[in-house]
Amino acid sequence: MTTAGVVHLRPQGVRREGGVPSLTLATMLFVCCELMFFAALISAHAIGRANLPMWPPLDQPRLPIESTAFNTLVLLVSGVLVTVGGRRLEAEESSGRRLLALGTAAGLGFVLLQGVEWVRLLGQGLTLQSSAYGGFFYLIVGAHALHALAGLAALGWTLRAASTVGVSRDAMLAARLYWVFVVFLWPVLYWRVYL
Amino acid sequence: MSVAHDHDHGHDDAHGGHHHHEPTFMERYIIPTDHKYIAQQYLWTGMFMALFGGFYAYLFRMQMAFPDMWIPFFGRLSAMEYNAAITQHGSVMIFWVAMPVLIAAFGNFLIPLMIGADDMVFPRLNRLSYQLFLLSAIILIASWFVPNGAFGGAWTAYPPLSGDGNYSLTPMGSSMWLVAVAVEFAAFLVGGINFIVTAMNARAPGMRWNDVPMIVWMICIASLLFMASVGPLIAGAVMLFFDQNLGTNFFDPRRGGDPILWQHLFWFFGHPEVYVVLLPATGMVAEIVPVFARKKLFAYDSVLYTAIGTGVLSFFVWAHHQFVAGIDPRMANVFTITTVLISIPIAEMIFLYIATLYGGSIRFTTPMLWALGVVFSFLIGGVTGIYRGASGADMYFHDTYFVVAHFHFTFFPIAFIGTFAGFTYWFPKMFGRMMNDTLGKVHFWGTMISFHGIFLPLFATGLGGDHRRIYNYNHFADLATPDLQMLRIISTVSLLILIAFQFVFIYNTFKSLFWGPIAGTNPWKATTLEWTTPENPPSHGNWPPNAMPSVYRGAYEYSVPGRDEDYWPQNVPNKAG
Repeated sequence: MTTAGVVHLRPQGVRREGGVPSLTLATMLFVCCELMFFAALISAHAIGRANLPMWPPLDQPRLPIESTAFNTLVLLVSGVLVTVGGRRLEAEESSGRRLLALGTAAGLGFVLLQGVEWVRLLGQGLTLQSSAYGGFFYLIVGAHALHALAGLAALGWTLRAASTVGVSRDAMLAARLYWVFVVFLWPVLYWRVYL
Repeated sequence: MSVAHDHDHGHDDAHGGHHHHEPTFMERYIIPTDHKYIAQQYLWTGMFMALFGGFYAYLFRMQMAFPDMWIPFFGRLSAMEYNAAITQHGSVMIFWVAMPVLIAAFGNFLIPLMIGADDMVFPRLNRLSYQLFLLSAIILIASWFVPNGAFGGAWTAYPPLSGDGNYSLTPMGSSMWLVAVAVEFAAFLVGGINFIVTAMNARAPGMRWNDVPMIVWMICIASLLFMASVGPLIAGAVMLFFDQNLGTNFFDPRRGGDPILWQHLFWFFGHPEVYVVLLPATGMVAEIVPVFARKKLFAYDSVLYTAIGTGVLSFFVWAHHQFVAGIDPRMANVFTITTVLISIPIAEMIFLYIATLYGGSIRFTTPMLWALGVVFSFLIGGVTGIYRGASGADMYFHDTYFVVAHFHFTFFPIAFIGTFAGFTYWFPKMFGRMMNDTLGKVHFWGTMISFHGIFLPLFATGLGGDHRRIYNYNHFADLATPDLQMLRIISTVSLLILIAFQFVFIYNTFKSLFWGPIAGTNPWKATTLEWTTPENPPSHGNWPPNAMPSVYRGAYEYSVPGRDEDYWPQNVPNKAG
């Protein structure tokens, strides 16, 4: 068990000489699978859109394009902070933890702002049942929000474990990779669902 | 500083240091992390589920041969029960028998042993995989006993029938079926990631890519196919579940949805799924044929390329299930071409296995018979698939018993003949005892002949126009074909014979399990690493920690000129000759 002043590091798992660490590899495989999941949702959305004469339907509220654009920015900033902070933490620099915590907080802010928008849209009559438009909106954005919450949980656990029970560099990298996936998926979803 | 040393820990940390304490009964058998016990959990659970799948087949075959008559051990089969029986038979046999046994059980057992690792890279994830699978099986079985009974909308669950309880008449059953399938896929996703990471990162020193036994390749390619295709089905399953329970309208045309969309999402998974179970079965053939022909696997690289080619192509054929669903005829042409193309790599693979046999000194042991049975029977399934891949011919064949016979000639050789091949071949390694060869051969011939007796007549009834999923032809004047009734009866009687012969297998298995002759560590004189463990069956960790194997050559060095023995194990250093 190796300890340093800044990060409580645990030893790595199995890896071959020059190979990709196991946890990283597993996360990458999982992310590929997730990408296929979202690709299916996006293509289903495109088909649903093509099937309706009007998109969005006349009686349905419009999606908040501007405020979500701002929110997208918040998430991208979170992605940058987590990447930089995570790298520094893995290099055992003391600024890493603060940046990582800031990035996690920004991610949490993104999810909260999305939740506020949902409440508003529900009040305006956009529901799962109101139309395929509403159904796809809540399905896709909700699926992304669940992934964001899972990613935030992983980041939060990393932060906590780094100062308590210890965390391996692989585990930190895996959480970071997953968050990067959540962040860079979002602009694509924003483009397909909102614009 | 800590950083430099992180990389040196290797295998020892994979278990968090569990090597030193003796596992309790609970840890060993109920919630094991040892890959060999998880493999057995998958194996026995899958075989247990096969009993249900077989019983359902018995029910609806009896109904087809003797419409509306009293069925022994059940009573009269209602139309609802008939629909549930065909649906649950298909779901159980593919998702709860073929996948857990072929991929999960053999993958778990073989991958660490064949690549010279002490266990999977993520043993606890592996345990989670089985627990999720068990949960899914329990949900499925529970769905048979809820009000209105089990889901009866066919294993493909096409909406709108599946999307609304008012249509399917099984509001609870259909949702539980969907949840069970989704949970099961999560289990295999976790397991598949584990397989691939293990094969990439835990191989024995010296094992290069082309030293890896073919079945390991096949299971990894199958896992990749599964992982790349399962996302869309999960997405579809979530949407269908919302349609069923939350009142969304993704798939129901009455509410502005698109039922064809589900078919795309389902078959984008469903067709690669065929190859997900096919590849491990062909991998078993690739392991067994060289051992009993005492000859090197013919063209190792080509076998690998054909498997990869099949895997890639399998993502571009799904819409051949929808030629009559109203898709654009130009798209049907494209999918006809890709579908016929996929027969090329598979045909080449079969040629390579036959070429492996050529000039070998062949021993017809039970596993060898099963392995050749896979090749023989799957060939019939593959060739009849070519007719069905052509969109013009498929218009006529669609939804007839010709389809049923075709895909049973693919799935039965994969899921049962292939499993029996693997089971009889690795039984000595799994349980340390030999199976009875005579009983094995009785079981082989009984199963093979009766299997062909079931499905060859169904090709004929299908060509004669027998429509699938009809409860009783006599209820429909334009579907009733009394002159085909004799063929239906032959098919059903063959099924009864097939079921009877499985008792030979069950008897042989349990007798051998407890009283079979003790097998040596390498009874078949094979070269791959699983036969080099010091103990049989291998103990926890497979090899002693200080004597993990190294690899010096490919997996199929049989009858090498200039050596005393006709096999050259992968772990024997060159100098030792």
